[in-house]
Amino acid sequence: MRGPARRQVRQGLRLMLATAVTLVFLFPIYWLFMISLKTADEIYAYPPRWFPAQLQFGNYAVLFRDGDALTVWNSLVVAGVSTVLAMLLGTLCAYSIARFRTGGDRLSDWILSQRMIPPIAVVFPIFLLYVWLGLVDSFLGVILLYTAFNLPYVIWMMRGYIQDIPKALEESALVDGCTRWEVIWKVVLPMARAGMLATAIFTFVFAWNDFLFALVLTRTEVTTYTVQVTHYFGGQSNFWSKISAMSVLGTLPIFIAVGFMQRYLVRGISLGAVKG
Amino acid sequence: MASRGGTARFADRNFPLLLVAPAILILLLVGVFPLAYLVVASFQGITMTDNDKSFQGLVNYIQLFHDPRLWTSLLHTVLFTAIALPLELLLGLALAQLFLDKMPGRSVFVGLLVLPVVVSPIVAGATWSLLLDNRFGPVNQILGWVFGREMPLLWTINPELVYPAIILAEVWQWTPFMFILLLAALASVDRSQMEAAAIDGAGYWRTFFRIVLPAIWPVMAVAVLIRGLDLFRIFDVVWALTQGGPGMRTETISIFTYIKGFQQFEISYTAAVAFLVILLLSGLVMAALRRVELSR
Repeated sequence: MRGPARRQVRQGLRLMLATAVTLVFLFPIYWLFMISLKTADEIYAYPPRWFPAQLQFGNYAVLFRDGDALTVWNSLVVAGVSTVLAMLLGTLCAYSIARFRTGGDRLSDWILSQRMIPPIAVVFPIFLLYVWLGLVDSFLGVILLYTAFNLPYVIWMMRGYIQDIPKALEESALVDGCTRWEVIWKVVLPMARAGMLATAIFTFVFAWNDFLFALVLTRTEVTTYTVQVTHYFGGQSNFWSKISAMSVLGTLPIFIAVGFMQRYLVRGISLGAVKG
Repeated sequence: MASRGGTARFADRNFPLLLVAPAILILLLVGVFPLAYLVVASFQGITMTDNDKSFQGLVNYIQLFHDPRLWTSLLHTVLFTAIALPLELLLGLALAQLFLDKMPGRSVFVGLLVLPVVVSPIVAGATWSLLLDNRFGPVNQILGWVFGREMPLLWTINPELVYPAIILAEVWQWTPFMFILLLAALASVDRSQMEAAAIDGAGYWRTFFRIVLPAIWPVMAVAVLIRGLDLFRIFDVVWALTQGGPGMRTETISIFTYIKGFQQFEISYTAAVAFLVILLLSGLVMAALRRVELSR
């Protein structure tokens, strides 16, 4: 009788520890969300209060009234369009590499290494190029850079997902008289749909969450939400209500999107090293 | 007929190239062209006030070796990596062990624990600057409860606390990354081998080092590689918390390059710095990629 009882105690302790750890890791996110719902008096209360007296969305209303929330729209446009472009070009490239071994291991390694170069070193000459071309603070310029930056990721991930699809299906479609393009459109893409969706969401998140590229390449027209958050920093008068509300506007959609992608999360963030 | 067959075969042979062409073209445009420009500019003498495009030889590269600020920032970067990476790895491993076996609500716990990973790093930094505020932040409040007196610590200003502050934010955000990868790796370890070892009388640590560690090694290597490279380019969290300060105390190589290039406009010198960074990293990446298995 002692064995099972001891196991139950152990299990109970594990559960308590797990709960405690999860609460600790979630606390910063709770604090961010909670501040965005506080009034100014509550934010600058000493000692700090852990719960707002009542829920009010005034901090968000201010962002929409002043037009600051438009930066979330900018983020959506640049991240959305660049994701579509990167998925389109990247998936075709990945198909070619997966099926025809185009360029061999060398090309694959080169593509992967492109992802690992520090952004600051890449963005500096890009900035000079953009000044010359007049692309600074333009949607086109930012979208182009995000597309290029995310292409290696898309190619690498989609190569893995396409390799998982049995080749025989494509061969029989070819025998049935499909053209090569039809094979891709009617056989490969439908089979790879789940992988494509997961890859697209992570690509979107990378662009959406970027700060450095947007900081360097935008001024006033294409300001993204991440840059806007830092506009509220400054010396003595940090606008905490705005920092938190803007951060939540940028973070909540990501939480929801990733919530749907739970199953693909491990594979997505490990560059395919863990099939999960 | 013969010529038509020939065209079809020609199209067939070029089809794979046609598919990769647009993507490779963009990668070259955004990857290689700027690199070439970087090299050219690094041999010139362009600054904010002087658009000197004459050939200056190795002046900028010689300056690299006489710039203590550059090497200090490189040292800071290595320091952040050397402290944060093992912390994230060990904490992630411990968490993965904790959540490995069945427990009620396990998938909910895991789903919640990974949330920090997808938060934008600049938002994570901003959040921690709120948490660590000396007066209105809860961290000092909690420390006050623990120590029974007021603890008005200046986390982002006090030179002795800025490193712990940045590393705290960094470890908070990325331990879950290690956790979820290692959890997947641990779950696929062959249980029968572990049981056999237990029957043979091998203790916990012996089993871990002989059986578990070799089994999770490939995934661990990839996780360390990804995080190591990310830490080497750390920018956002530092920018949100200290902007490299106080003074230049937390200036990393990315922050240094940003300040030189975009605040002081030392174009040619920054080009040399960026080129140095790319060289350093390319060598590292190439060496590392050969050692890890990234789903070949």
